[in-house]
Amino acid sequence: MNSQKPEIIDESGDKYKYGFVTDIAADSAPKGLNEDIIRFISQKKGEPDWLLEFRLKAYEFWKTMKEPTWAKLNYDKIDYQDLSYYSAPKQKVTPKSLDEVDPELLQTYEKLGIPLKEQEVLAGVVAVDAVFDSVSVATTYRQKLAEQGIIFCSISEAVKEHPDLVKQYLGSVVPYTDNFFACLNSAVFTDGSFVYIPKGIRCPMELSTYFRINAKNTGQFERTLIVADDESYVSYLEGCTAPQRDENQLHAAIVEIVVNKNAEVKYSTVQNWYPGDKDGKGGVYNFVTKRAACRGENSKVSWTQVETGSAVTWKYPSCVLQGDNSSGEFYSVAITNNHQQADTGTKMIHIGKNTTSKIISKGISAGFSNQTYRGLVRVAPKADNARNYSQCDSLLIGSHCGSHTVPYVENRNKTAKLEHEATTSKISDEQLFYCEQRGIGEEEAVSLIVNGFCKEVMQHLPMEFAIEAAKLINISLEGSVG
Amino acid sequence: MTIPLLEIEDLYARVADKEIIKGFNLTINEGEVHAIMGPNGAGKSTLSNVICGKPGYEITSGSIRFKGKDLTKMSAEDRAREGIFLCMQYPVEIPGVAVTTFLKHSVNAVRKYNNLPELDTMEFVKMVREEGKKLGIDNEMIKRPVNVGFSGGEKKRLETLQMNILKPSFAILDEADSGLDVDALKVVAEGMNALRDGKRSMLIITHYQRLLEYVVPDFVHVYADGHIVKSGDKTLAAEIEKDGYAEYTRER
Ligand SMILES: Nc1ncnc2c1ncn2[C@@H]1O[C@H](COP(=O)(O)OP(=O)(O)O)[C@@H](O)[C@H]1O
Ligand SMILES: [Mg+2]
Repeated sequence: MNSQKPEIIDESGDKYKYGFVTDIAADSAPKGLNEDIIRFISQKKGEPDWLLEFRLKAYEFWKTMKEPTWAKLNYDKIDYQDLSYYSAPKQKVTPKSLDEVDPELLQTYEKLGIPLKEQEVLAGVVAVDAVFDSVSVATTYRQKLAEQGIIFCSISEAVKEHPDLVKQYLGSVVPYTDNFFACLNSAVFTDGSFVYIPKGIRCPMELSTYFRINAKNTGQFERTLIVADDESYVSYLEGCTAPQRDENQLHAAIVEIVVNKNAEVKYSTVQNWYPGDKDGKGGVYNFVTKRAACRGENSKVSWTQVETGSAVTWKYPSCVLQGDNSSGEFYSVAITNNHQQADTGTKMIHIGKNTTSKIISKGISAGFSNQTYRGLVRVAPKADNARNYSQCDSLLIGSHCGSHTVPYVENRNKTAKLEHEATTSKISDEQLFYCEQRGIGEEEAVSLIVNGFCKEVMQHLPMEFAIEAAKLINISLEGSVG
Repeated sequence: MTIPLLEIEDLYARVADKEIIKGFNLTINEGEVHAIMGPNGAGKSTLSNVICGKPGYEITSGSIRFKGKDLTKMSAEDRAREGIFLCMQYPVEIPGVAVTTFLKHSVNAVRKYNNLPELDTMEFVKMVREEGKKLGIDNEMIKRPVNVGFSGGEKKRLETLQMNILKPSFAILDEADSGLDVDALKVVAEGMNALRDGKRSMLIITHYQRLLEYVVPDFVHVYADGHIVKSGDKTLAAEIEKDGYAEYTRER
């Protein structure tokens, strides 16, 4: 473990530390969504025809789709014509190395606690891809990784440099027809990260992407594609922040993961998009489709997420367990405070034989927030001996928040063993007094109790990330008691 | 020379709109050990909670001073940081929070308030292990979540461990002996005696004499109907053990 980890959060001050705006000239598309805009984006990025076609097909399909309403979420109607779909910081030349990246941008990431200068990036523990509005501005440690055949770059670069890989896998886990937001993303996605781990390689460092929304009235649509070939391993981290703005910002991302035979992918997220102010004004609308396909035998994927930000969250990281003996895990902590709303959970689709899945979900609601766990466990007819264990615990702070658990089970195989446990609890006055009697102040007591409640999930985060996440949890809950 | 540590004067207090403490007076000087004995439901735990500032317990009149400071204006955590420790009758569970983690937060919060530097983790863990050993608490137990799945005896040991680590200037022990077998009782009593240094004071709440045979009090008070009805030395405890509380609880 590296002890020189930059402190991302100063616990003393403002609640949302990332609310600043970077003053940087941007290259933006005019507001609105139509075929021309899509051609504009594709041209800006110098894309091949096949990708433009993919986008246009997605757009045609999207026009026939309706925004989903089944989630327990209440938000103002989004005017998709009132958004800009592309914003890129203006750089004179495409940076070849970090020395050429606009210092204003480097400073932004430094302020966020993500120094991009390689020698500073956790002394080789983490490689970082930084996505600013619509484009990737810097990817570190590429050279070192390339020596082992690992590809870690922005998806735009991957389209140019590894077109066959991208063409083979893009949309293969989340087709553009999947859902309204995924379809929109497929039409207008701008950037994101691409990872390819070749056969037999254990990625020697954590790979990490930091997403940042800066521009006003701009949707962010990133797209991440991770392919782990046979016998490979990678641990991937994703972090995100956005400036504090009164308007709602739209974020609709896709993450696709392909896991081949005997390979393992760990995907960890600390989601800290701007949640809006304490009266519910502003904040990010976070509609995300994340899915992993365990294609090979014995393949393994685990999602770990700590969701503290966003005004509205709609997110169900899923595992499609196709390979025999493959396994999927979902560990989630979701915290909502003030007027935040989250409808989140997972889907475990058992298709191969002897597939196993595990769901540990911890929801903490405070203030006037509303939270729903929505999970699906599906066992296909041929998925003999499928196993699932689900545990969904909710913790309520105060009496104005709501918490709901909606587990769906579709079992079509008699040999399946599925277990589900759910609890709802409150932080009791007795617990608070016990802590206070030992000298621990109320806010610290709440954070201690909440961290205890989340422990099972936090244990699955990489160490550096876990420390950051624990601090974030404390900040998210500030002012939730007393 | 006697220096008053805790001074309670003509205290009236209520909980859930019920007057429980009625005209309570008691002064505890530095170094003294007092025992309060009284029947079930007399309001002994209520008194502890009022002294410690538990929310929901309302003082209607009277005063409580600690080291000369008005306690009633202080938050529960500040009272603890000033050196008041309540060994609880029913310690609560805190799932997922390891004993060491909890204790570290506690110790450092108290140290911070008293302008002392925080302890480093290595030092701290060493100290907890050493103190734990004396109380028959092994290294496995301190890794477990606070009070979760602890037996009655284990809970009392953990309370005693916390007290011995925080080293409060004043400790209230609310039925620290309940649910303990003789061996455990001796261990807990030893923990209490270890704190007696001529300066620290204690208030032992019990309704049996048993514990007082191991931790010999300087004063014994009989508590009934919200106030002290009789005070004496340790022989009073033996008397009560023999005759019961009937004499003090009948209608007057
Ligand atoms: N939080 C509370 N709410 C309502 N009644 C209470 C509460 N705490 C104590 N009481 C009442 O106060 C009285 C004294 O209780 P307690 O102080 O626990 O007695 P003791 O510790 O002497 O057995 C009892 O009648 C009890 O029911
Ligand atoms: Mg009692």
